[in-house]
Amino acid sequence: MSDIIKSFTRAFIVQDRWMLYLEGLGNTVIIASVAVLIGLVIGVLFAMINYLKKKTGKLKFLSALVNIYITVVRGTPVVLQLMILYFVVFATWDNGIMIGAITFGINSSAYVAEIVRAGFESVDDGQREAGRSLGLSTWQTMWHIIIPQAIKNSLPPLFNEFITLIKETAIVGYVGIIDLGKVPGMIQSRTFEYLPPLIISAAIYLGLVMLLTFALRKMEKALAKSDRNGGGKQ
Amino acid sequence: MNENKFDTLEINCKKPILSVKNLKKTFGKNVVLKDISTDIYKGEKIVIVGASGSGKSTFLRCLNCLEDPNGGQIIFDDVDIADPKVNINVHRQNMGMVFQQFNLFNNKTVLENIMLSPYTIYKKKAKKEGKKPKEFKEECRQNALALLRRIGLEDKANAYPSTLSGGQKQRVAIVRALAMNPKVMLFDEPTSALDPEMVGEVLNLIKEVADEGMTMVIVTHEMGFAREVATRVIFMDDGVIAEEGTPSEVFDNPQNPRTKQFLNAVL
Repeated sequence: MSDIIKSFTRAFIVQDRWMLYLEGLGNTVIIASVAVLIGLVIGVLFAMINYLKKKTGKLKFLSALVNIYITVVRGTPVVLQLMILYFVVFATWDNGIMIGAITFGINSSAYVAEIVRAGFESVDDGQREAGRSLGLSTWQTMWHIIIPQAIKNSLPPLFNEFITLIKETAIVGYVGIIDLGKVPGMIQSRTFEYLPPLIISAAIYLGLVMLLTFALRKMEKALAKSDRNGGGKQ
Repeated sequence: MNENKFDTLEINCKKPILSVKNLKKTFGKNVVLKDISTDIYKGEKIVIVGASGSGKSTFLRCLNCLEDPNGGQIIFDDVDIADPKVNINVHRQNMGMVFQQFNLFNNKTVLENIMLSPYTIYKKKAKKEGKKPKEFKEECRQNALALLRRIGLEDKANAYPSTLSGGQKQRVAIVRALAMNPKVMLFDEPTSALDPEMVGEVLNLIKEVADEGMTMVIVTHEMGFAREVATRVIFMDDGVIAEEGTPSEVFDNPQNPRTKQFLNAVL
């Protein structure tokens, strides 16, 4: 028993090694948050282009480009995308964390685009028709009526995507970026004990995901206020 | 004075508020509207009846270009709004529409439903006129509240549509359209999705609006209501206007055998 405690102490306390986990956690959080933002903006935009093409018959060219983008990004491994961006596209840029964030942002955007497109399609067409019949423009109708409902409808799968994304960012270790997934390896090379740093790292990921799940549930609840039945008929 | 009255009367008589010329609509190979022409004058209440599939809803939806016509013209405010180059949004602001399924905005409260389009559309204009956005928003809010008071739903101002009954939803949808001060109101089977006990409250509101002089085009299956409110009844059959006239002409003395057949089936 005391042996186990000793090895965990070596993996976490000795030589202030917890600082390494903290640094790794910080980088993981930065990469994941920036990636989520990039993914959301591009994803919602692309979903909107596909939705508008379907409903109005316009934007055919843009929609074709979007579909090629989605096919390519979803059809290739994210490790290869990371290496292409890190070693080729941004070869002269030394901010590995941002390159990682951009890679995962792009990768996530393709999935977000598909998730949100389904969200758009689940909004009743009558909502759009009502907006347009009142004289609102296509964009005003999208902004005030369709987008809020589409995002609300896609929240559960979006949350799923974000949680997957956080854990997937561990791949940035491949190109030498120090994130939470990379730290155990660094500590193992000093202590020659494999299990403790892995468990500590995994526990931090788990805590992060649980915290996020909790926050997202709260958000989902707050956004569901328009569904609440106040005693009248549905 | 009298002369003046006569003048405006003559202008109203001469110039329809909405003029439909040779309207055609197809969905793929299916020809839904074949060459429809009619003039709608200010203050008229036109009720369109006909069997399902006769094209009456499509006709109504073509009037504000929710369905793009495939041919013909729709002249509104001296502009052919069937022309795809026309900015249709400007003209739709003057044409209210009420849907069978209410289509209240689910993500907005009742009050926001009514305020959204007047505020969004006219805030730039209000700014030019020197009104602060806050002042204008308050103005829209007061206007929306007044409309809610009129239909007795002031206490539902901050409720979401999902908490309203069908009849309440449809009444809100009607005042939402009225909030834009339209010149014409289009009703697409406004009571067909309602429970029977709620039909009355909605029809009463439509009647009230009609009595105020609003020009209306109504697609409905409520024949009693049609007879009471209509100044002109149009019977549509297979994509054409088969018969039109005053309610008593069409209901009591139909000429077209198809009209007779339809009326026998529904009355």
